[in-house]
Amino acid sequence: MGTAKKNPSQSTSHAGNTTASGRVGNATRLTGSEMIWATLEGEGVDVVFGYPGGAILPAYDALRKFPIRHVLVRHEQGAAHMADGYARASGRVGVCVATSGPGATNLVTGIATAMLDSVPIVCITGQVSSKVLGTDAFQEVDITGITLPVTKHNYVVTRAEDVARTIREAFLVAKSGRPGPVLVDITKDAQQATAEFDFAAAAPKPHRPHPMLKTESASILAAAELIRNAKKPVILAGHGVLQSRAGAELRTLAERMRIPVASTLLGLGGFPASHPLSLGMMGMHGEAWVNHAIQQSDLLIACGMRFDDRVTGTLATYAPDAKKIHIEVDPAEINKNVKVDVALIGDLKEALEALLPHLAPRDTKGESAWVKEIEASKGECAVRDIRNLPDSGHLYAAHVMHDLWKATEGKAIVVTDVGQHQMWEAQYYKHDEPRTLITSGGLGTMGFALPAAIGAKIACPDKEVWVVAGDGGFQMTAAELATAAQEELDLNIAIVNNGYLGMVRQWQEFFYEKNYQSTPLLSPDFVKLAEAHGIRGKAVKTRAEVLPAVAEAQKHKGPFVINFLVEREDSVYPMIPAGSALHEMIRRPNNPLVETAHDK
Amino acid sequence: MLHTFVALVEDKPGVLTRVASLFRRLNINIVSLTVGHSERVGVSRMTIVCDASPTAGHRIAASLYKLENVLEVDDVGQLSHVARELALIKVAATPKTRSMVFELVEVFRARIVDLAPESMMIEITGVESKIEGLIQVLNENGDRILEISRTGRMVMRRGQHTSRVLEAMRVPGIELPEDKIVDDGAAPSDVLMAEETGL
Repeated sequence: MGTAKKNPSQSTSHAGNTTASGRVGNATRLTGSEMIWATLEGEGVDVVFGYPGGAILPAYDALRKFPIRHVLVRHEQGAAHMADGYARASGRVGVCVATSGPGATNLVTGIATAMLDSVPIVCITGQVSSKVLGTDAFQEVDITGITLPVTKHNYVVTRAEDVARTIREAFLVAKSGRPGPVLVDITKDAQQATAEFDFAAAAPKPHRPHPMLKTESASILAAAELIRNAKKPVILAGHGVLQSRAGAELRTLAERMRIPVASTLLGLGGFPASHPLSLGMMGMHGEAWVNHAIQQSDLLIACGMRFDDRVTGTLATYAPDAKKIHIEVDPAEINKNVKVDVALIGDLKEALEALLPHLAPRDTKGESAWVKEIEASKGECAVRDIRNLPDSGHLYAAHVMHDLWKATEGKAIVVTDVGQHQMWEAQYYKHDEPRTLITSGGLGTMGFALPAAIGAKIACPDKEVWVVAGDGGFQMTAAELATAAQEELDLNIAIVNNGYLGMVRQWQEFFYEKNYQSTPLLSPDFVKLAEAHGIRGKAVKTRAEVLPAVAEAQKHKGPFVINFLVEREDSVYPMIPAGSALHEMIRRPNNPLVETAHDK
Repeated sequence: MLHTFVALVEDKPGVLTRVASLFRRLNINIVSLTVGHSERVGVSRMTIVCDASPTAGHRIAASLYKLENVLEVDDVGQLSHVARELALIKVAATPKTRSMVFELVEVFRARIVDLAPESMMIEITGVESKIEGLIQVLNENGDRILEISRTGRMVMRRGQHTSRVLEAMRVPGIELPEDKIVDDGAAPSDVLMAEETGL
């Protein structure tokens, strides 16, 4: 296990400096393998997630000479998710390594996950020798062909002299503009050959901004004009708020103009959930007042979000009376789903900095009528008030999320999987800080949580990290429990176990006449599974046991698994059926399974 | 609606796949695609004609620019430009029927580039409609067409526009009136342009 001392600051300006290994900044002759690590070290990388194999073995052989920690995963998909979780938690570039053929193809789901959520990762794969490329050699696969549509860019390197330049360019591409995954495929002979290595000389050309960026003053003034005149504005805060580190500017905008803020799933934490102007999550499982506010608004200010179908409902009826301002770094997103009135195409933080001087504080004697109207509409909704819930002996996932939020004071990094628990977490765990919710939004990759949390914990060893996964998704990558054990990570794992593939079961209940085809799920005893890995575990069946179990997990050093056995046929409400308008949601029913405060 | 894009791309392996894959992913059919060297070393010029909705132009151009190997994109659209296609057409012709083909070739300002005992090869350059006109007349005359090879459309904007100017123009905004750039062809800028592009 790599235990080398780590330098937490990832810098791109190491050129000319000599680092721990003494290999950066001096023009020396190195093998391609050594160059891989020397270049990574120069880029500030101190940990990689990977799995060795034939075509990447020369690189693994050279690893011992470099101060880089290697985390051995149990499946390469886990390596890609760990790099992804590492990147999302830290804001730095995550790195994963795999061999050719099946090693490389196993990365693909993780790469696509990072692509859809714009997460900067660099994947390094071994490849068969350049002499046999294209001959169906053992473990040969055209991984650059396979990953072409799910990477921002990818490279094949067949010569040692190209290794440093290519990896450095990969880092630049991964983090510039709209971030994303980059794959570098390096042939075995390129790893074995020797060439001159000069880290500084291998610096890539400066990033060329997308030529269609457009934030000129006319658009800024037009946007400011719309904001000043709006009576019912809503800010839509997306992942870009985190990516661009624009939280402070966004907050200034909201507070100065008294504009309520709705968040996308990936935008949660970008604006403090406890802030009076925070509405919470919008979209398919957003609360009714959030979606109603969007539908009734006269101005939407979309900040670093892309009007995904999960947040708009059917486009024909989306916010019909609203003008739209779209602030977005990717020009290809403008007018893609929703036609906008003003587009500020560029970095969100810079755009907001340019916009704010044109906005005088709104003269507010008390709150605006619009904010009051939204506030009032909250009361009309059949919100399940967790705090006032009677303890009927049933354990609901909502209880678990609420109590977890309380016990962690909302400060933990929560890494969720995909499904019902993911939505419950988003509804009931209030994130006040950016990068404290890590989840697969765009691709919706089950099995994401555990490996991504391992990456997040390694990126932020001093933070409390919780995995929140369903019983289905957890089993997709449960093998990574062994990785957590081997790395001795202080990781808390909450399995929300309802014995179903819950979200699919919910769709079957609502739209397929309760035909629960292939959704009931027999799982192993997760506590015993944990114990088999040398990991402590505990099963929780009642509300009263939740907080003590969470406290025990928090106190325990090392991984800890809690198997929460929750109500089997609970559903996530509200819900907008696919193809419906944003305000046409299925509300919480008077289902005896679902308690409300009125049930007392 | 047909869109025509000129893309200047790095001359490297796999770049054509990346461009073609983008259109595939957007579910847009490529009508024609021509690739060849440009005026710059290491830079290829593509003319891409595709069938897409009238509003798709912006997104296609923006998506093309997201490809790392794409240097410049020009949505030629309605702008003043010259479009040409080259076709080679082989028709069955015996000594008895040749003269009719010669006449047609004359009218269409095409050329005979090969003559064999039982066939002739015609080379024709022009806009698509002209080439299609010749093919139609050949068919109607009963001259059996044996083979057709067409290059697809290639375009170049008229006037002073060069790729370098395009780049400068993109920065302030994308809705600049294009005619201005076409018309302001004073002599000094001619010289400047030639220097800038290294011609």
